[in-house]
Amino acid sequence: MSADVTERPTTAPPAGKEPGARAAAKPGRGKEIFAAVWPKVAAVVIVLAIWQLLYTSGWKPDYRFASPADTFERLVFVATGNGPFNFWMGVQNTVMRGVQGFLLSLVIGTALGIAVSQWKPLRNAIGAMITGLQTMPSIVWFPFAILIFGLDSAAIYFVILMGAIPSIANGIISGIDDVPPAYLRAGHMLGARGWRRYRYVVIPAALPSYVSGLSQGWAFAWRGLLAGEIIVSIPEVPALGTQLNQAATNGQSSNLLALMIVILILGMLASFVFSSLANSIRARRGLTGFTASR
Amino acid sequence: MSTVSSSSLANSTATASTPQERTDRGVAVDIRGVSKVFGSGAEEVVALSDVDLQIAAGEFVCLLGASGCGKSTLLNLVAGLDKPTSGTVDTHGKRIAFMFQEATLFPWLTLAQNVDLALRLNGMAKADRKPRVEQLLEKVRLGGRGHRRPHELSGGMRQRGALARVLAQDADIVLMDEPFAALDAMTRDAMHDEIESLWSELGLTVMFVTHNVREAARLSDRTVLMESGPGRVKQIYPVHLPRPRHLDDPHLTEQAAHMTDELKTEVARHVR
Repeated sequence: MSADVTERPTTAPPAGKEPGARAAAKPGRGKEIFAAVWPKVAAVVIVLAIWQLLYTSGWKPDYRFASPADTFERLVFVATGNGPFNFWMGVQNTVMRGVQGFLLSLVIGTALGIAVSQWKPLRNAIGAMITGLQTMPSIVWFPFAILIFGLDSAAIYFVILMGAIPSIANGIISGIDDVPPAYLRAGHMLGARGWRRYRYVVIPAALPSYVSGLSQGWAFAWRGLLAGEIIVSIPEVPALGTQLNQAATNGQSSNLLALMIVILILGMLASFVFSSLANSIRARRGLTGFTASR
Repeated sequence: MSTVSSSSLANSTATASTPQERTDRGVAVDIRGVSKVFGSGAEEVVALSDVDLQIAAGEFVCLLGASGCGKSTLLNLVAGLDKPTSGTVDTHGKRIAFMFQEATLFPWLTLAQNVDLALRLNGMAKADRKPRVEQLLEKVRLGGRGHRRPHELSGGMRQRGALARVLAQDADIVLMDEPFAALDAMTRDAMHDEIESLWSELGLTVMFVTHNVREAARLSDRTVLMESGPGRVKQIYPVHLPRPRHLDDPHLTEQAAHMTDELKTEVARHVR
């Protein structure tokens, strides 16, 4: 019925999936891993070197600025359950608070973002306020939170919510605002109306921006959480922020730095999860390869 | 508006429907006195003015005209994507599918999932969808490529995927807004064969917007030439040529040349 026209896909499938794929053009797996790992290793080595140099210079006494060796020795010591505090219980409580606060922020922020993007009076009323709230440092909320909730976990959760919700809401608002009209028209013609419009077109199309908002929301939640645990110390609930505060108060520099490294690692793990999610979404949509951030 | 007789151009073995046959089949799209105005005051733009057009069920009609003459606006009104400022558009409750100029396959879904979504939104049960998706992809010669994502397909494949999604809607009326404008000549030829074959097999009513006179002569039962500023129907050309048609057919070339003269005049007027 039709002319036999051979059309070539615009993007080649991954090597090995199509006959004739040029495997030789692809660098080896070992080289790929090396290329990804060496800058990170180099950065860690540079930081450790600067740290050791500062320590060796005698810039501050040991109890105020511990050496890398003392810090890592202390890290192993507390991680094996030998420290002055319950390290793993602290990690668990802090992470659980972060996850719970973030999930609650996700639900509220998403609902708020969708409502604001769809209802013009609401956007006029609080659209600018949401952006304004995003710029407020989380520490600013603590006096108010302590006044309302007292020195309690509720005060910490309150600050997490106030930090994360605006970022998540803004992520979904800008994602929905930027949905290409062509997709909306196509969805409309396919019968995606009412809630189905959101389920099948709007939310999937807005997903990259939404994930970016989630990532930013997590960053704000994490910062608010640690600040909260330092300020709102609840002795019966061991937590990383509380332990950090105690280490500083007791002049235990190696403990302090070990805890800071743990906090950094947890933050990097969360960042890795979000960036992997964002990269996976971009790759599935063909938004990788020749991009502005090569 | 006037209707040009094409009897002198028609081949004696023409198989396109006659006006009488079209009347017998009933009107699928009834556009009466339609005007569309965008903006207001000093920024008011009259996109369409007093457009009357009736399209019979099973008819293939091309809308031809210079850029900005309101072809796409008219298609949007028929699709229900926009409302006329005055006049009526009646599609008698028939189901409408739309194939856009740009590939609007959703990039977050594979090709098969895109077609599946159309079936799902059309209310088809899950168990019936998978074989139907495969059948539709086979129909547009994309069998075995359902797992690909839109960015992994060529322009022609993407438009054939969009065509499969249109067919999945099981629509009576198919609106096509320059769907092949971005394709190379050979792929476009193949798509012409494809769309003509599907139109004939499924008895679709097609409204097809194009800038390309030969494409209009190649595909249509009637070509509606629109004038701009404001957009309205200038002339309607019946195309009584046998099907399947070929672009190198001298009768088609003659018909296209006739329409080209009018279009050139219209474009020149628009540019001035």
